[in-house]
Amino acid sequence: MNDDSVLGALALNFLVLSLLAVGGANAVLPEMHRQVVDVAGWMTNEQFAQTFAIAQAVPGPNVLVVTLIGWHVAGFAGALVSTLAMCVPTCVLAYVVGGVWYRFRAAKWRRAIQGGLVPLTIGLIAASGFLLAEGAARSVPTALYTAVTVLVLLFTRISPLWMLFGGGALGLLRLI
Amino acid sequence: MGCSLGKAGYHPDRLVYKRASLSHRCPAMPPETASVAPQAERPAPSLRELFVGFLSVAVVAFGGVLPIARRAVVERYKWVDSDEFTELVGLAQFLPGPNIVNLSIVIGSRFRGVPGAIAAFCGLTLAPAVFVILAGTLFARYSDVPAVADLIAGLAAGAAGMVIAMAGRMGEMLWRRPSVQGLGIAAAAFVGIAVLGLPLLWVMLGLAPVSIALAWWAIR
Repeated sequence: MNDDSVLGALALNFLVLSLLAVGGANAVLPEMHRQVVDVAGWMTNEQFAQTFAIAQAVPGPNVLVVTLIGWHVAGFAGALVSTLAMCVPTCVLAYVVGGVWYRFRAAKWRRAIQGGLVPLTIGLIAASGFLLAEGAARSVPTALYTAVTVLVLLFTRISPLWMLFGGGALGLLRLI
Repeated sequence: MGCSLGKAGYHPDRLVYKRASLSHRCPAMPPETASVAPQAERPAPSLRELFVGFLSVAVVAFGGVLPIARRAVVERYKWVDSDEFTELVGLAQFLPGPNIVNLSIVIGSRFRGVPGAIAAFCGLTLAPAVFVILAGTLFARYSDVPAVADLIAGLAAGAAGMVIAMAGRMGEMLWRRPSVQGLGIAAAAFVGIAVLGLPLLWVMLGLAPVSIALAWWAIR
């Protein structure tokens, strides 16, 4: 593939993904994974999990994982094209739909759409987490750490950041 | 990862519409962006304030922007009140695309139209995009150093747990008021993606109409 077709593929990929990303970027991670790892072969499974981890460890919107994927695949142009493809069309949509959505706030169809998308989003995000955990689990202790993180974050109110960096520290000490 | 996503959004019955009549006080706004009016007694933020405001949110937003955005936009800057924020988050979640990016667009455009949306979006994404590329480049250069690989492997384990926990938190209402439809749709989406490895488009096109129809039927 030459450069243009790589950039075009990145743009098309993330454009389609963004339009499916009801519930945010995390809901489309499995599809992103399927496209980037299985279909296009731009990264290995492990690289994908690591890229996601880096994007999480850096402050900012977690959609920036696509910036990093684009950077990995095609450098600066790739990062720019991926980020814009992921953000611009949906931004335009957000701008236009904003007013309409408010005007029909009491309408039954609006509440049905909103209510119907909740369980779907939850299932999609759970699937994302499951696939990420699979990619991250290099050993039994690593998988256990993921499980402990889930429990701690579900049942306590501590900042997720502690669990993220706790994992980094344990990894550094070769404990997981 | 905004663990508060589920708590903030998706409670249409709780939304308060008391501010609906305020929009006529802001004639400068295009009508389609005037969905929630800014508080009339406060001047609307300038483009620079929008940019700096979202920048200040982005650079400290480790592991999830939404809770931090709420603190800044509602409590520190007082651009919108708490109910308006919940309404806006519900909208940002319903729309496709990154939630927090949608939120920046809706808030920016509410006060300053298209330039406001662009200012808020750039404030939110520019600095973090540079950070993430720097971090990725450093990692790529030093990935053969065992310690770096170990660090990232540990981070990845934690990051995966964060995403699963976020789904659990968003699912709180599913556990609290269990419904066959809700659990069934969530389980079907999970199995379709995680177990069967189906393309997302198929799963969405298959399940969204069913789920929306079930919700419609449940509301009446």
